[in-house]
Amino acid sequence: MSYADFISLGPLITLCAAAVIAMLLVAVWRNHRLVYAFTVLAFLMGLMAIVPAIRYIPHLVPPLLVIDEFSLFNTGLILVAGFIIVLLSFNYFEEREERKEEYYLLLLLATIGAMVLVVSRHFMSLFLGLEILSISLYGLIAYLRARERSDEAGIKYLMLAALSSAFLLFGMALIYAFTGHMDFPGIGAALRQAGYLPVSVMAGFGLMLIGVGFKLGVVPFHMWAPDIYEGAPLPVAAFIATVSKGGMLVLLIRFYQDIHGNDYPMLWWIVAIVAVSSMFVGNWLALMQQNVKRILAYSSIAHMGYILVAFLSGVQTGLEAIAFYLVAYFITSIGAFGVVIVMSSSQQDAETVADYKGLFWRYPWVATIFTAMLLSLAGIPLTAGFIGKFYVVMAGVHGHQWVLLFMLAANSVIGLYYYIRLIAAMFNTPAAGEWVAVKPALPVAGNITLALLMILLVGLGVYPTGMMQLIQQMMKILV
Amino acid sequence: MILLLLLLIPFVAGLLSWVAAGGRNTWCRWIALVSLLADLLITLGIWIQHPQDTGQWWYTYRVSWIPQFGISLHLAMDGLSLLMLALTFFLGALAVLISWKEIQTRVGFFHFNLLFVLCGITGVFLTMDLFLFYFFWEMMLIPMYFLIGIWGHEHREYAANKFFIFTQAGGLLMLLAILGLYFVHGANTNVYTFDYFDLLRTPMEQATGRWLMLGFLIAFLVKVPAVPFHTWLPDAHTEASTAGSVILAGLLLKTGAYGILRFVLPLFPEAVVVYAPWIMLLGVAGILYGGMLAYAQTDLKRLIAYTSVSHMGFVLLGAFAFNEIAYKGVVMQMIAHGISTGALFIIAGALYERIHTRDIREMGGLWSSVPLMGSAAMIFVMGSLGLPGLGNFIAEFLILLGSWEANHWLTVLATIGLVVATAYSLRIMQHVFFGQDSRQYALQDLNSRELIIIIALVLVICWLGFYPQPVLHTSQIIDYVVR
Repeated sequence: MSYADFISLGPLITLCAAAVIAMLLVAVWRNHRLVYAFTVLAFLMGLMAIVPAIRYIPHLVPPLLVIDEFSLFNTGLILVAGFIIVLLSFNYFEEREERKEEYYLLLLLATIGAMVLVVSRHFMSLFLGLEILSISLYGLIAYLRARERSDEAGIKYLMLAALSSAFLLFGMALIYAFTGHMDFPGIGAALRQAGYLPVSVMAGFGLMLIGVGFKLGVVPFHMWAPDIYEGAPLPVAAFIATVSKGGMLVLLIRFYQDIHGNDYPMLWWIVAIVAVSSMFVGNWLALMQQNVKRILAYSSIAHMGYILVAFLSGVQTGLEAIAFYLVAYFITSIGAFGVVIVMSSSQQDAETVADYKGLFWRYPWVATIFTAMLLSLAGIPLTAGFIGKFYVVMAGVHGHQWVLLFMLAANSVIGLYYYIRLIAAMFNTPAAGEWVAVKPALPVAGNITLALLMILLVGLGVYPTGMMQLIQQMMKILV
Repeated sequence: MILLLLLLIPFVAGLLSWVAAGGRNTWCRWIALVSLLADLLITLGIWIQHPQDTGQWWYTYRVSWIPQFGISLHLAMDGLSLLMLALTFFLGALAVLISWKEIQTRVGFFHFNLLFVLCGITGVFLTMDLFLFYFFWEMMLIPMYFLIGIWGHEHREYAANKFFIFTQAGGLLMLLAILGLYFVHGANTNVYTFDYFDLLRTPMEQATGRWLMLGFLIAFLVKVPAVPFHTWLPDAHTEASTAGSVILAGLLLKTGAYGILRFVLPLFPEAVVVYAPWIMLLGVAGILYGGMLAYAQTDLKRLIAYTSVSHMGFVLLGAFAFNEIAYKGVVMQMIAHGISTGALFIIAGALYERIHTRDIREMGGLWSSVPLMGSAAMIFVMGSLGLPGLGNFIAEFLILLGSWEANHWLTVLATIGLVVATAYSLRIMQHVFFGQDSRQYALQDLNSRELIIIIALVLVICWLGFYPQPVLHTSQIIDYVVR
């Protein structure tokens, strides 16, 4: 391993080392505060390790990994998201679990899995990353063992993830059988040489899509999402919604680019059908929900559909749009889950819409943040979500995807309804005696984190230029 | 710079009044009132300096915002924007005054929303960048949603949701059209920009132009509202608080009409000619259908809401007649309708405050107990039916005169609308202020605060009727309207 390899992989290595040290720490001295502080530090170190890595890009670690602007940007995004989730976790677990130290260990491991996904350009590293992520998630989802739904969710995820991994492996094998390559550029070159898409490779892509689609939570592989969002501890749900999905999406983009996916209309159609059905099913089912976590779950299915519209546009702007949308979506999702976290008491998560009734008059500050997050999810001006949606629509228009865009517009309107309903509930004045029992613990750290997220949200919504410049620089390398 | 100031004053005042709510409610009211009066004074000052629109832009302000996409903070003011802004701040200040007593809960937040709506509307009337236009267009929806949804009447949530979803759906179509225009322009000239003045001369194929125009048009038709898209309006108007109704009828509907004049007509000169007869037909349908529905209502606010549908039909009729007279009539109608309908809503609100019902079957014979309110209502009802001497008459007369040149039959039908207007207007007077006084309400007449509001409105509507020249001068023709 050369010096350049070492520096380039700095963030990954930092986090791996941190995971090991965290394990030893737990073995030696169980102390929640200590592990928490250490994890926060680890994430910060990981973020700082990105800075020296910039000097060596683009850097290949053949044949498995590639470190370029694109992967570093997404690594940074994942690390920041993980960092914020850790900040929001402390109070949540302090109140609920006796043995909370291993949570941080698992979270570090899951983050490593996602980071491997964004730097991989080979089936081996893809699978390794995916499994590191999935296996840590089994533990994370079922972490609050005392809760009934938690076990159920964990087992459900275990079953489905294992199944989808099997599909993924089978798909990879089929592709390997035809092309003789396991690295993405190699596959792309082999397919180009062949000049057509043989049935076995097509089937391989289809099977891989099942595995990828499962992780992304797109229709028709979305069944797990609402149950797992509902059953998992809230910070873990936030993690799944953002880091896990984001990592997989980045991998999908790289894979699609490297195999020149745009050359094969069949692939386009498959993804397009997935995108449209995700938007409709996600939004439609979200309309029916009375549980905030499930609403967020279904809305995230719909949001993946929106992102796929940009993905399908086949233009440079589309990739930038995805990156921007991901940033906005990360901020918004973590923010929304953060609100649910600070609103939840130790006995009960604040998860029904009724819990939020009249919130604005009880806790105006939290309600304002939640409103901002929901408006961002709905794509209303002054929020990052608006610019994100604008960017996506722009990419779609640029790529002349009019049908997809009309679907997107129709779905935005459907989506608006349930976000608005939640907001309306917060502004509703409950009748006397209807005050709900949820007594939130509002920790200082949580509040500060939420405030920062909101500033970020509005900042990107009002002045997105800086972020756009950054993204445009990073996306050049890909095309 | 002065344009930015016009935007910033309500923005900052909105935040201030929210913060001030922690202290005392009176503070937020004064902050809101003073800021809007300040804006009104600035606008009037500009008007005095530039009594006549010479076809040039008086003020422009431009800084880069998102340069990657050619988006800039581009504001500009001409006669049309000036008139609209004067109306905005005038009605805005009155809206603060009306809610002085009516709004007693979450006063700070109410004024925050009120000022934010006004800020959004100001932005819409000033911006010369299509992205920014969409930005403001959407921005004013959220506070309006709250104004209806929190401080409204019984079915406020339903009405607020309906309002929001209708306008948002229209807005998204407009976004698609804006982006379409952006890329068509970019593909043809290699300059990617959202700037209004650059996009004005976009060469494009006719079919493309027609589709893009439809995207804009539907968004504006929803807002105006034209007949098939009007169903959100009666609900929203009825359920909103008085100030909300005044803002909705007086200003929000005008943003749709303004959009047609400012964006649809100049951006798609070929496409509008093709669609013009159909849109004029929609306008006439609105005049007749809205008028008839108004006649059938028993809820006073709902009745007034439907008269808006009818009156805004004239705007559509005139805007697509493509001649100077009709155009001046349209601008006049926008202002006169804002004043007269706003005033009617204020009277309906004052009545509701006193007798707690909006059902006109419960009223009757109120004149004897509230003569001042009765005479005020009489003036505005007469305005609404187009009595000479009041602003609405000038407006409708000019529109009909102009549209006659464009289309005889539609003009004849529209004129029948005036008869319908007489019917429903007289019905208001008959049922509310004359006739049997079976209930024997003991009512208080207008108090001094309400009197100030009403007198201001009466003065303006009479001024518009007797001496419309300043408005007509300022709404100087823009060359694209006449063909």
